[in-house]
Amino acid sequence: MTDITNTGRIVPSIARKRFGPMQYLICLKGILVREGLRYLNQRERFISSLVRPLLWLFIFAAGFRQVLGVSIIPPYQTYVLYEVYITPGLCGMILLFSGMQSSLSMVYDREMGNMRTLLVSPFPRWFLLISKLLAGVAVSIIQVYAFLFIAWFWGVKAPVSGYFLTLPALFLSGMMLGALGMLLSSMIKQLENFAGIMNFVIFPMYFASSALYPLWRVQEASPLLHKICLLNPFTYAVELVRFAFYGQIEWTSLAVVCAFTFVFIAGAIIAYDPSRGLIIKKQEGGNN
Amino acid sequence: MRRHSCLLAATVAVPLFAQPAWANMVYVSNEKDNTVTVVDSTTMEVVKTIGVGQRPRGITISHDGKLLYVCASDDDTVEIIDTSTNEIVGSLPSGPDPELFVLSPDGKTLYIANEDDNLVTVIDVETKGVIAEIPVGVEPEGMGISPDGKTMVNTSETTNMAHFIDTSTHEITNNVLVDSRPRFAQFKPDGSEVWVSAEIGGTVSVIDNQKREVTHKITFEIQGLRAEQIQPVGVRITADGKKAYVALGPANRVAVVNAETYEVEKYILVGQRVWQLAFTPDGKSIISTNGLSNDITFIDTATDEPVKSVTVGQLPWGVTVSPN
Repeated sequence: MTDITNTGRIVPSIARKRFGPMQYLICLKGILVREGLRYLNQRERFISSLVRPLLWLFIFAAGFRQVLGVSIIPPYQTYVLYEVYITPGLCGMILLFSGMQSSLSMVYDREMGNMRTLLVSPFPRWFLLISKLLAGVAVSIIQVYAFLFIAWFWGVKAPVSGYFLTLPALFLSGMMLGALGMLLSSMIKQLENFAGIMNFVIFPMYFASSALYPLWRVQEASPLLHKICLLNPFTYAVELVRFAFYGQIEWTSLAVVCAFTFVFIAGAIIAYDPSRGLIIKKQEGGNN
Repeated sequence: MRRHSCLLAATVAVPLFAQPAWANMVYVSNEKDNTVTVVDSTTMEVVKTIGVGQRPRGITISHDGKLLYVCASDDDTVEIIDTSTNEIVGSLPSGPDPELFVLSPDGKTLYIANEDDNLVTVIDVETKGVIAEIPVGVEPEGMGISPDGKTMVNTSETTNMAHFIDTSTHEITNNVLVDSRPRFAQFKPDGSEVWVSAEIGGTVSVIDNQKREVTHKITFEIQGLRAEQIQPVGVRITADGKKAYVALGPANRVAVVNAETYEVEKYILVGQRVWQLAFTPDGKSIISTNGLSNDITFIDTATDEPVKSVTVGQLPWGVTVSPN
């Protein structure tokens, strides 16, 4: 049992120690089902999550058909069309938007009071947050595969095995971006501030990465931008997914994505921690 | 960045346990740096680079695979390379500026197009003597020979004609007008048709070998590319005669054509300015030379997907593969 004090601090109960794995699973299932149902009931969200990358694929990439094949860089063995090059970046885009969208939903939940229901649960806070993260990643992976399915008919095809091998890479990248979104959500006070996330997080992360252009091309254009791309964790998420499509592991990307996932999750857990988190600080700041 | 291939173990194991009895060698003439690159068709890796005469273009191999013939265009000669030692062992009196040639099915006669002299030179490869010189149209280039060896077709770039030559009399029997700048002539394996590519015309004319007239004209259209970027050059037809591959020059693509319906089925992206093509003896791969990107692309003929591009010398032009 938990207790909410008049200062808003949530006092964890010692009762949670008695929960067995089954209880944890029930809690995880509850969060997953809620997120899944919410996603399925919002058809516009499903369609809009597909329309965005498809517009890039059909319109933006089509304009680059004149670019007669992207030069051979690993993991590609031969020349590929720009549409093929951009596809892992668009998968990353889905994960990025989805990760940020779940941060939006956290803010919404907080404003609407739904989060209180979740946070007063007797389960440990870290477990609730990771469950929420897993639910968000599961939904975004469904979006990625729906996109890849449509892209297949557009002639963007990877080796069949690549579609299976890329799943762990998508999961890891989704966790990293979802955790980032969660961390950011703890800093956003109101729903309206989400536009700031769009301008200051999503767009810079997407454009200053290897999603749209190979890094050697970026380096030719601007050495500074190249350095920024190398500092951007999204670059490594895209490269991890790109190599996985061809059955290869890009070790640097794997290490960077794992490290950032850990840092972001740890940050989110601390931020949502009732005793030292950013929420409480903000609330205290807001009350002053 | 360090990379790791999951298939590493398999790649190591294959050469140890599944080494094919014959690894076919792919020979690529590099027009600009005067070399021939030797590439292993199984591993798709460069094995050796052989220095040859100036501006090597046309390249072919004897039917037993022992001798390689290379047109050294600016040296006005055809060089002979021993494939066991990869060294030049002799030359043939080709006449000036030899560009492309074709070896007769019996392997005894070489028909060479002399671009500057408007001639086709006929050479006996055993005696290394000139048998005949046949006057043809202006700037002769494409050379095709029927499977029975009785008819040879030469195309002349400026005259825009395919000249049918009787190989017993060495005389032109028919002239067929095709589209602008014909580059290459290829007989179907059953000898029923000759396919002639026209670089500027952007078409491939299918000529009936009996009637000696154009019966079909294949055109190409690639979304996002201007028509003038599509310049058909090399043509190859599969052994069963069902499928043809056409190199489309600056379109950077190889077209896959149904040789029965004459419909283009697919365009395969390869390197820049794709020029000539050659099948491996088993017909499972076709290799394209990509002049401006200095590489060759291996294409899987079962899936018609490009498999790998391999960097060779500068301005790769012609390609031939050693027989089994």
